[in-house]
Amino acid sequence: MREIRYYEALNEALAEEMRRDGDVFLMGEDIGLFGGTFRVTEGLMAEFGGRRVRDTPIAEAGIIGLAIGAAMAGLRPVPELMTMNFALVAMDQIVNHAAKMRSMFGGQLNLPITIRAAGGGGTQKGAQHSHSIESWFVNSPGIRVVIPGTPADAKGLLKTAIRNDDVVLFIEHEMLYSARGPVPEQEFLIPFGVADLKRRGTDVTIIAWSRMVSEALRAAETLAEEGIEAEVLDPRTLDPFDWDAVYASVARTGRCVVAEEGWRTVGVGAEIAARVQENLFYELQAPVQRVAAVDVPTPYAKGLEQAALPSSLDIVRAALKVTT
Amino acid sequence: MIPAADQIKLYRQMLLIRRMEERVAEMYGEQKIGGFTHLYIGQEAVAVGGISSLNHDDYVIDTYRDHGHFLARGGDPKAFMAELFGKATGCCKGKGGSMHLADVEHYFYGGTGIVGGSIPIAAGLGLACHYRGDDRVVMAFFGDGATNQGVWHEGLNFAKLWNLPVIFVCENNFYGIGTDVRLSSALTEVHKKASGYGMPGYKVNGMDVLEVRKVCDEVVRLVRGGAGPALIEATCYRYQGHSMTDPGRYRARAEEELWRKRDPIPRLAKALVADGITTDERLREIDREIERAVEEAVAFADASPAPAVSALYEDVFAERYPSDPHA
Repeated sequence: MREIRYYEALNEALAEEMRRDGDVFLMGEDIGLFGGTFRVTEGLMAEFGGRRVRDTPIAEAGIIGLAIGAAMAGLRPVPELMTMNFALVAMDQIVNHAAKMRSMFGGQLNLPITIRAAGGGGTQKGAQHSHSIESWFVNSPGIRVVIPGTPADAKGLLKTAIRNDDVVLFIEHEMLYSARGPVPEQEFLIPFGVADLKRRGTDVTIIAWSRMVSEALRAAETLAEEGIEAEVLDPRTLDPFDWDAVYASVARTGRCVVAEEGWRTVGVGAEIAARVQENLFYELQAPVQRVAAVDVPTPYAKGLEQAALPSSLDIVRAALKVTT
Repeated sequence: MIPAADQIKLYRQMLLIRRMEERVAEMYGEQKIGGFTHLYIGQEAVAVGGISSLNHDDYVIDTYRDHGHFLARGGDPKAFMAELFGKATGCCKGKGGSMHLADVEHYFYGGTGIVGGSIPIAAGLGLACHYRGDDRVVMAFFGDGATNQGVWHEGLNFAKLWNLPVIFVCENNFYGIGTDVRLSSALTEVHKKASGYGMPGYKVNGMDVLEVRKVCDEVVRLVRGGAGPALIEATCYRYQGHSMTDPGRYRARAEEELWRKRDPIPRLAKALVADGITTDERLREIDREIERAVEEAVAFADASPAPAVSALYEDVFAERYPSDPHA
């Protein structure tokens, strides 16, 4: 199979969905003439024109508000927040408007909005530009949270997101844009709520998403050298969530490590650990372990940043703790 | 000149809102209505005058003081009262309440409880008109308080930048909850804020429904014709407190009395009779018809069932998944 980069896979998904449906349009900062800060929208303005690829002012709350209004009228906006960090500027529009309107209006309207944003740290961008705050949105009912870790998942899930009739937050990762991976040439979609087994194993289940998927796979290689076979499960969407896949895997291995780039306290890993023990208490051979970021604003200095963010080594340590 | 039949309709709508709101206050007192309830009494001429200048499929969007606009847009008074009562037959199935009335069938995209929050959304509705090349317009109602919020400015900037067909209607009642506009806004004449975005700003007497209608007719015509967005400031006054729990101690009695003398409903009644459009007797008949409609709405709301608990799991998403909350 051909290999392409994560950003190229996203670009293909956008182009395909825009060709398929004239109601799909993009809006965001520097997405048109500039081609997107991470090249995801490169070439799209040339193909689709300024009506469907709209450069906006730097006004994130406004961007999401306009997307809501356009969706109310039946269009399918795909706004880009240049990075997840700026979702904080638009929080009221995302959480208090987009996520709630269908429910509070008694289901009178659909809001088919896919909000794309680059998340994550690891590139020395400092405290305000290194967020992995997916847990905040998983904690807000009314919004789907999609967080692909490979080029193929990025493409298939983005196409599904754009066709979905609800508000979807589609979180990409800054360090994954240049990652290569196999992506089929023929059209494909990946359904929400279906986890993907990235590696089979018998001794411990590692649950990881976004950039932590590749860290978990690296950790699994190291563990294999020690004779420990780790299973790596990527939920791919945090809302909806494939609990059945998690329970099935942990029931087989009896051990569970959750790896996320977000902060540890009240993170998504805390919820997974809680549910695993609620449902599989007697199957567990060891307590569920969480690998996550240290609860501090992400520092700039390389060494400090590396110490703050989780890595494959932390995953190896956690897995060893429950298997030896 | 506004046709005679339209003038009677304006009167009927203002009176319907007034009488409904009076009953809402009573029902709140009887604890049939809970939560925040912001009455529209005193400001009726703005919603009625503005909305009557629109086509049936133009978009209307609103803030939390949304009772008047819902009714002026043609929303069902029964579904209105049932919503406030939190009943399954309410316009939002009892999930919205006073601040979140919506009626998509009548192109009324509802109330938001966050001051200014609807402004970029209004621009988004305008973007949809523009995108599709249809000749609809958007009318967004909000208060003077909204004009100091960041998203208000973002919304106006977007609207002008992309020449979107949006009419921003500020109901300047001079108080943001209990704070005088002079204490909150560097520029108290809201219509002048339009110049910051290169769009026309109009000021109208929001206590005179015929004036509001006349100005809105003209502005809607211009905006529909492609002139780009406009801002209208309608000065008006809410007779009650900000919400049902506000006794309004921050306002002088004399000021309230002055504004009550400008009440838009008797003002129009007097003009209708003086101009020979109708008679006192016919107006009394309209009064009685409206009182009946109000009573029917209350009776309907009272007799309607509460939402089933199973409704808790409905309407959140269009597409459901097994991990979603369920009964």
